[in-house]
Amino acid sequence: MTLLNVTGIDKSFGPVHVLHGVGFTVDPGEVVGLVGDNGAGKSTLMKIVTGMYSADAGDVALEGNSILGLTPGDRRALGIEMIYQDLALARQQDVAANIFLGREPVRSVFGMKFVDRKAMKREAQSMIDRLGAKLPAINRPVGSFSGGQQQSVAIARALTFNPKVVIMDEPTAALAVREVQGVLDLIRQLRDEGIGVILISHRLNDVLSVTDRIVVLHHGRAAANLTTAQTNMAEVVAAIVGGSDMADAAAHEARG
Amino acid sequence: MTSTDPRMSTPEPGLWARVQARSIEQLHIRLESLVVLIGLAALMAVLSPFFLSVSNFLNILLATSTIGVLAIAATFVLSSGGLDLSLGSVLGLSGVVGAAVAVKLGAPMPIAVLATVGAGALAGLVNGLIITRAYVPAFIVTLGMLGIARGLALVISDGRVIYGLPNAMVYLGQGRPFGIPMPVIIFVVTAIIMHIVLAYTRYGRHTLAIGDNENAARTAGINVDFHRLTLYTLSGGLAGLAGLLFATRINSGDPTAGITYELTAITAAIIGGTNLFGGRGSILGTMIGALIMGVLQNGLNLLAVQSYYQQMAIGAVLILAVFIDQFQVRKESRV
Repeated sequence: MTLLNVTGIDKSFGPVHVLHGVGFTVDPGEVVGLVGDNGAGKSTLMKIVTGMYSADAGDVALEGNSILGLTPGDRRALGIEMIYQDLALARQQDVAANIFLGREPVRSVFGMKFVDRKAMKREAQSMIDRLGAKLPAINRPVGSFSGGQQQSVAIARALTFNPKVVIMDEPTAALAVREVQGVLDLIRQLRDEGIGVILISHRLNDVLSVTDRIVVLHHGRAAANLTTAQTNMAEVVAAIVGGSDMADAAAHEARG
Repeated sequence: MTSTDPRMSTPEPGLWARVQARSIEQLHIRLESLVVLIGLAALMAVLSPFFLSVSNFLNILLATSTIGVLAIAATFVLSSGGLDLSLGSVLGLSGVVGAAVAVKLGAPMPIAVLATVGAGALAGLVNGLIITRAYVPAFIVTLGMLGIARGLALVISDGRVIYGLPNAMVYLGQGRPFGIPMPVIIFVVTAIIMHIVLAYTRYGRHTLAIGDNENAARTAGINVDFHRLTLYTLSGGLAGLAGLLFATRINSGDPTAGITYELTAITAAIIGGTNLFGGRGSILGTMIGALIMGVLQNGLNLLAVQSYYQQMAIGAVLILAVFIDQFQVRKESRV
């Protein structure tokens, strides 16, 4: 069964028509690459999936049920997680506070509900350990960490609550080479666990190496839906630039 | 992600750093502010033979109680990345409303008390509605409310002080059960409750998260606008409570009560370690900040220093506190 089904999404910001009837699907254990030029509508589309933006038309369904009417918090609770390019971390709060942001476990004392710090720290530590991430200390503000360490916290937050769909927006853009391999390995691991992954990236080599399918957005339209095993760099680049200057662009991309 | 980048290995922290980390984690205060408070009190005790006594200690708490309650409000709003400049005016408005309801309408004490706090909460609700629904910046909205609430207090009271509160109300400001002034009891109980709310409940943690990174809070599913609305209402309600303490202590509703108190309250919060731009704050820290100001004022009074110099001293302490804080944060963070 289709895990995530996005159909006919339209979105305008005032006079600017950003998305024109965009649709795509994600199956369980499938990695879908979402590529396109800057301004093609990738981020807007993902924010409609997570509920940060509303859609003017179309539908988003998770396991067959429409989720368009739900708040971002409700959608997270149903298992849609997104790792934002800016990581969306509260920099003065510690690791546990960030991982459990908005979903803090509570325990009752005399009928009043208090945040269960001990449980938060314990589970945050075990998730960080599972990811094999090295952090200076779990009770330090995440703003004091390096970029890669902060990314680990953002990833841990997305994976702590057994997600069904994980959206990653440029997860490798700011990372060192070795860290990029770590993220790609993680994506494959999520796929093997049956989680649907949407990967937004400008690094087409990464996209080609890790995805099962590639959806190309061009000027707010789904210009192509390619099976990764049956396509190549030239075809993807052609779809991204929309046919014009295709040979030049492909040659440029091939040169790396 | 597993990396042996040398930047990631941190040196073993020293004793001070470990105690500091524990105090931030467990008590939500920075040790420096506590050290300054104790040092200041020790200095005053050496300089003045009258400083170190139970009655003087209660005096300090009594003098701190009204500003202290306002500072709690300031801490909540500031740590959420907001600002409430109307605290002092709302204090004045609430006192006048309470006095008018009690004296002119002859309402019983519980109703008058409720009207006092309720008037403040209502002013805060209006602030919150305009900030979250009309997207006018908090600075502008609460600056406007500073004028509106003060003007309304003068309109309601016809520009005159409303004297003669009923005894049951005056007890809240002047009563001394077990020798402890009622305002001190109300202030301390409020501070303890609000400390627990800010430090240990989801409401409090979300307040800090919103101030830290509003976008992160939104993506985490926190209803940021509604949360802000409740924060400004809470802030107004606490200003109303401060207005109740003020009015019942001087046994009258004074429309000019609390002028510039918002600045003193914000100063106390910031000396106590609240981040002016949000994301960090604790009521215990703010109480230490308010007490530093209280001890400074009290000590300088005992030493017969002119009050003009006291204002200068508090201004200097504010700048010094933020300097020390910035120095620490820079050292620890990559901001």
